Amino acid sequence: MSLLKKTLEREEFAITAEMAPPKGTDFSHLLDCARKIKGKVHGVNVTDFQSSVMRVSSLATCKILKEEGLEPVLQITGRDRNRIAIQGELLSAGVFEIENVLALTGDHSVVGDHPESRAVYDLDSVGILQTITTLNGGKDMSGNDLKGTPEFFMGACVTPEYDPMDLQILKMEKKVQAGARYFQTQAIYDIETMKEFKEKSKHIDAKVLAGIIPLKSAGMAKFMSKNVPGINVPDEIIERMKNADDKVEEGIKIAAECIKELREENLCDGVHIMAIGAEENIPKILEEAELLTAEGVS
Amino acid sequence: MIISEKKPVEEVVGFLKDSKKIIITGCSLCATTCKTGGEDEIIEMKKLLENEGKEVLATKVLDPSCNYLKTRKDLKKLKKEIKEADAILSLACGDGVQTVAKVAKVPVYPGTNTMFIGEIERVGKYEEACKACGECQLGWSGGICPITKCPKGLINGPCGGAKDKKCEVDSDNDCAWIKIYEKLKEEDKLDNIKEIKPPRNFRKELHPSKLNLR
Repeated sequence: MSLLKKTLEREEFAITAEMAPPKGTDFSHLLDCARKIKGKVHGVNVTDFQSSVMRVSSLATCKILKEEGLEPVLQITGRDRNRIAIQGELLSAGVFEIENVLALTGDHSVVGDHPESRAVYDLDSVGILQTITTLNGGKDMSGNDLKGTPEFFMGACVTPEYDPMDLQILKMEKKVQAGARYFQTQAIYDIETMKEFKEKSKHIDAKVLAGIIPLKSAGMAKFMSKNVPGINVPDEIIERMKNADDKVEEGIKIAAECIKELREENLCDGVHIMAIGAEENIPKILEEAELLTAEGVS
Repeated sequence: MIISEKKPVEEVVGFLKDSKKIIITGCSLCATTCKTGGEDEIIEMKKLLENEGKEVLATKVLDPSCNYLKTRKDLKKLKKEIKEADAILSLACGDGVQTVAKVAKVPVYPGTNTMFIGEIERVGKYEEACKACGECQLGWSGGICPITKCPKGLINGPCGGAKDKKCEVDSDNDCAWIKIYEKLKEEDKLDNIKEIKPPRNFRKELHPSKLNLR
């Protein structure tokens, strides 16, 4: 059974890390990072052409990470594939014994590095989740029998920092209805938002992994706050980054403090760390958040 | 309304580089309203082509250009001119151009780019409103089309991409789903969007679509 599923079902604090496949065939940096977090996280969540930027596929990267002994989470969006390709990709993941899938609508292709391409959106995130449920049941979307059935643990995304938040909650309910068992959130910097989100989503039967992006500079904090949907970095955190001598160190500290607070206040069931190419810092964050154990995850 | 814009002059002149004698047709409906293919635009195009050394044998605002039988009848009246002409320049939408091309036995060229089915906010300002998806969603969506107004055509709620209620694709646009939500909330009809909508049937959009009600 999926380690991530087991961890969440045991009500243990789950840790996932996000990794982006390389642009090009050189996997050395990704493998370096993977080796540093192996045994320290319950899942490695591999993005599907993140930000609509062309790169190696999530599936190939998941397979490589699995061979390295990590537990991959396949992200899949509706942007680039129609329902035939999505089902085929999922069956292929099943062949590689990848057990976790995270379904997303996907950023629009115009925001990426091939803005002239045609965006697909045959299925939305809810449709993808329904499709996975159908495949798990041994059929395809047209009702044909599958020879050999995959068994996926399904996740989805939610953006707590969203106005109106109730609309995100409404979609979250539909995702659960379609089969999502856990959610990862967009990066959280404001505990108050998570408190409100927790209150508004308490009726929803699904686990929540709070998104964490360690900051690298005050500029990055300001940029994300201004430009990235669903991210709001409070001024006092930007100020802390500005005044810090070692920015990366301070970013790690802020991330760890945030995780500790989220955990102490019981605002989430785990965390999803998006280190954006600096995955080597993840063990440090976990250490400072007191989430690193000598025996590792199991 | 079929919204169109004028093609760049160089492109039009390029189409007609080997043609000396030209007929210009327009359309009485959408292209007239859009000021791309009405009487005024035909006169303007006539002057332009004459300045380029062309001879304009006839002009006609077809009523409308996309009506096959009427266009055939109207073009019959220009039989003599068409026989003499090297080309027809149509200032109608893509539909109207094709109808003319079906009827006339000379090369027909487009003078406009057909943009979308949309609303006339005011003259010269248009906004896409309908993608002719073949299964109108407006009955549950508060009169706001999720297929057209959401660039991803989402039917089960918004993506996470809105920032300050604006769309990730174009920050000048409101997020269609937030607008749908607010409208339905106001009408106390949020139940309309709580049920999962199954994946769309894109067979409805197979091209070329045909409709025969006879």
